[in-house]
Amino acid sequence: MPGLLTAIIFIPLAGFIPLALAWRSDRASKLVGIGVSIVDLAVSLVMLAGFKIGEPGFQMVEKINWLPTLGISYQLGVDGLSVLLVVLTALLMVVSLVASWHPIQTRVQEYIAAFLVLETGMLGVFLALDLFLFYVFFELMLIPMYLIIGIWGGPRRIYATIKFVLFTLAGSLLMLVGIVAVYLQSGEPGQRTLSYVELLQRRSLFPVEFQTLAFIAFALAFAIKLPMFPFHTWLPDAHVEAPTAGSIILAGILLKAGGYGFIRFALPLFPEGIRASIPFPIVGQVNLLAVVLALSVVAILYGAAVSTVQRDLKKLVAYSSVAHMGFVTLGAFVLNAQGMAGAVLQMVNHGLVTGALFLCVGIQYERTHRRLIADLGGLANRWPVYTGFFGLFVLASLGLPGLNGFVGEFLVLLGTLAHNVALGAIAAIGVILAAVYLLWMFQRVMYGPLREAYRALPDVNRAEVIALVPLAALTILLGVYPQPLLDIINPTLESIVKLATEPTVLSVVAR
Amino acid sequence: MDDTTLRVLATIVPLAPLAAFAINVFFGRWRLQHLTGLIASAALAISALAATGILLGTLGRHDAAIVMLYRWIGVGTFQIDVSFQIDQLSTLMMLVVTWISFLIHVYSMGYMHDDHGYWRFFSWLPLFVFFMLVLVMADNYLLMFVGWEGVGLCSYLLIGFWFEKPAPQAAANKAFWMNRIGDWGFMVGVILIFLTFGSLAFRDVFAKVGIAQSELLTAICLFLFLGATGKSAQIPLYTWLPDAMEGPTPVSALIHAATMVTAGVYMTARSTPLFAEAGPALLVVAVIGTATAVLAATIALVQTDIKRVMAYSTVSQLGYMFLGVGVGAPIAAMFHLATHAFFKALLFLGSGSVIHALGGQQDMRHMGGLKPKLPITYWTMLIGGLALAAIPPLAGFWSKDEIVNSAFFRGQGYEWFWAIGVTTGALTAFYTMRMLWLTFHGAPRDRHLYEHAHESPRVMTTPLIALAVGAALAGLVLGWPPDAGWVHQYLGPLFERAEAIDYSRIAVLATISAVAGVLGLGLAWLTYARRRPDPERVARTFAPLYTLLVNKWYLDAFYDHNVAGAFRWLFGASWAFDLAFIDGFVNKLAAGFQIGGRNLRRLQTGIVGNYALTIVLGLLFVGAAYAYLRLRQ
Repeated sequence: MPGLLTAIIFIPLAGFIPLALAWRSDRASKLVGIGVSIVDLAVSLVMLAGFKIGEPGFQMVEKINWLPTLGISYQLGVDGLSVLLVVLTALLMVVSLVASWHPIQTRVQEYIAAFLVLETGMLGVFLALDLFLFYVFFELMLIPMYLIIGIWGGPRRIYATIKFVLFTLAGSLLMLVGIVAVYLQSGEPGQRTLSYVELLQRRSLFPVEFQTLAFIAFALAFAIKLPMFPFHTWLPDAHVEAPTAGSIILAGILLKAGGYGFIRFALPLFPEGIRASIPFPIVGQVNLLAVVLALSVVAILYGAAVSTVQRDLKKLVAYSSVAHMGFVTLGAFVLNAQGMAGAVLQMVNHGLVTGALFLCVGIQYERTHRRLIADLGGLANRWPVYTGFFGLFVLASLGLPGLNGFVGEFLVLLGTLAHNVALGAIAAIGVILAAVYLLWMFQRVMYGPLREAYRALPDVNRAEVIALVPLAALTILLGVYPQPLLDIINPTLESIVKLATEPTVLSVVAR
Repeated sequence: MDDTTLRVLATIVPLAPLAAFAINVFFGRWRLQHLTGLIASAALAISALAATGILLGTLGRHDAAIVMLYRWIGVGTFQIDVSFQIDQLSTLMMLVVTWISFLIHVYSMGYMHDDHGYWRFFSWLPLFVFFMLVLVMADNYLLMFVGWEGVGLCSYLLIGFWFEKPAPQAAANKAFWMNRIGDWGFMVGVILIFLTFGSLAFRDVFAKVGIAQSELLTAICLFLFLGATGKSAQIPLYTWLPDAMEGPTPVSALIHAATMVTAGVYMTARSTPLFAEAGPALLVVAVIGTATAVLAATIALVQTDIKRVMAYSTVSQLGYMFLGVGVGAPIAAMFHLATHAFFKALLFLGSGSVIHALGGQQDMRHMGGLKPKLPITYWTMLIGGLALAAIPPLAGFWSKDEIVNSAFFRGQGYEWFWAIGVTTGALTAFYTMRMLWLTFHGAPRDRHLYEHAHESPRVMTTPLIALAVGAALAGLVLGWPPDAGWVHQYLGPLFERAEAIDYSRIAVLATISAVAGVLGLGLAWLTYARRRPDPERVARTFAPLYTLLVNKWYLDAFYDHNVAGAFRWLFGASWAFDLAFIDGFVNKLAAGFQIGGRNLRRLQTGIVGNYALTIVLGLLFVGAAYAYLRLRQ
């Protein structure tokens, strides 16, 4: 179906027309937002249904010359790496807007508008096949999120949102330098290109030193976005201040843009750069691959350790994201099929589960107006349905086999042990720590005697159940039967692993 | 039995309890309420009958049947199925699990009758059975791990069943965390198995066991065994099990005595082909098992909570089972697993009946003289107790004897394991008799509780009687004659058999251990019934030893304070580091820019003269630089 991907990206923006018509009424605006996101989800499911399993290359490619003199084109395509992230984005957008039904009561129209722009940006990031286009969408995500945190956020929202923007911008400007450099390196004047597919074929034009520097420039942008240790401190602040829906999207999708960038661009375009060593004070030379792997394991253990002692629920989930994202980079950079598949599944599963955890925290906050763990307690007594959902997501997040979180983490650990036994065994300690901080938190929030102040608070309402049920169903389904997802992603990831491990001089033409 | 029937039955066995869970958890609270108990019990009956059908249908069949359901995870060469292996070992476990679970479900309908979490109880309990069945039926290590962690989850939920009280929550967390430490080992072991053998299916791995280097195989087995020490409460990860007694008593009986805690024994026995080739790994298993058996038995001597006596006794008996596996007698270990399931479930349910009668009192110092009030409970518990004390001809005697005898026949210094095992047998008999006497005999120590005590309803006593029959006869039925009974014939094809059986030596050894058991019983009777020696005076005379035992060898304290404290410090320090250095650096950088900007702002004075002067100075500078560069050329 021609134009399907364009439709997926721009349906949210087209939603501005009905939104303008409904501008007077808060309720109608919210309905428009939900309706538009549901339409987009439906179209993305059409894309998923039309996706040919078993093909590693891009499908449904669209290409329009945009700035032909500069070699920039409007080029879209979907493959096994991006297809799930697109559907996840569309799904979480519906969930977020449904979850905003009660909490958001001020500037509703602007709020919906910001989310629609955000959705276009995120979908564009996952579907763009031109580096310039990718960069445009990558930055487009930033602005609405800046507003969402800054306007509808908590008391320290200005500090948090500026920190978020400056951090991300610092990284993405470096990437812009990297993109320009790649452009200049991509051929003689007049033949230059930023088309991803073209660039893959021209990797032999990238000498090792160039790949090293370009990799560092791209990797910093993605490392901040993901975030990797030690670039993570914007995340807890942003999460704590963001409104619930903002947290869901931030954790569920925005972080994934970093992981996606690593796997899509940094690994296949600059494979020699990953293996290069750079001079470093004190130790002399460090191997970039070793650095990334070490930082990933540090993120897993350190994120978990810091989560344990958090007093604020949202901060706890935020730091746990640092640990979970450590599994993503670890799996991607061990450069084998299992690790890579684990990394991608971990991105999808973390999006579902952590999005759901932020939703649960938000639901709870709506009622108690407390986020400090010490102020809560005994909620299981009054809220059996809520307890069931929250408990399920906690268990998925701590990697209980049979739920979705386990599959990705296990594959990452398998890939890591295949790469280096000691590294894998150390990373696996993170699985113990996850159980410690999550169950301890759950105990203090849900168990114990019910506080008098919370006695009259109601269990989840219908809008919340509607938002929670799809996440819960996928959490179980993708744990019990993850193979369909693996069938979708495996061929593409195998080709990416191949691109990332073979010498670029002999690079094979990619489709 | 044709394959289709087997497939259907093998699917029903785990799915019936899962269905009961799904129905009860969704509709229990609002619609079904007390129907949940019936639904769960009925599901368990179906499951138990299906398991029995499998046994009858596969008798005489020697190869394992594989029931493949679907592909679970497949990436590259890593291909894992959800698939069951029906062979003698898994069938035996299915039978033990389903039938004992069924009895305990029935009993719980009485025991939990007035609890407001009735529906919750009958949701988690069948869910537990489902995971336990997945664990024992899996045909590969990863699916086994699903059951392995699943039963851990249900254990967590059921220990913390009364979640409003602080002690159960703490115990539940402790259980999950300590199990997770073990599971770390199990997971690393499983991954190493895949990397070594290229598969996780038991049949593939065991067929290729020769290709692994001995050191690697030893490492794999030790990692797996670390998992077993967590799940089966062995040194060093056993301290969660006594705390787990905070859960409702039927849970203690089912999960923390009869089934879940034996999972480690099952896994080790299942992995015998690996352990057998893994150099010192089996010796480690035997040493850990023996040490745990002794340690836990000594602690059981001084416990005053009736359930905790049973808990330490379970730890000790599990140690025996590992001793059996460790000395190369997995059949004996599995035999003891089966008999222990009967008599320990019986003892726990019996203590539950006592606790029920006394309105929740678990402290034996408030009991005494209950025999006439609780006749059925007393007589059934007496049978269970004597079975635990390994008095012939009750169940425990045959299976435990076989384990220690296997150690003896192994020779080469393994006689020591036999000697320690028999001595521990005397300790076992002692604490069992002590527990029975303090509970049922002598004068009532709490008049008020005694007056109100009453025998439990039929729904509870019937399972007691059924289990008592098992505890009395299981040893003879399954294990007579020694080393050649039904269980040996049945499991025989799976394991390499020991050499010829020497009945004259067995008779001598059996007499010795029976005498040790009777000695233990007699000594306890003298101490507590005749007060010769007076137990308080003994405690005073051996005060240092007594304190050591009462404080559980200080291991709990060491874990709870030193180890947990060290980690708490580490976690706190990590966060302090995050705030001070990582976030601190970012904020300092931002502050630096702010200060810089504020100072640079001073240059923007707004006075035109200043600007003009700057322009002129700049022009002069550029001109001078240009001239200088031109001159140098």
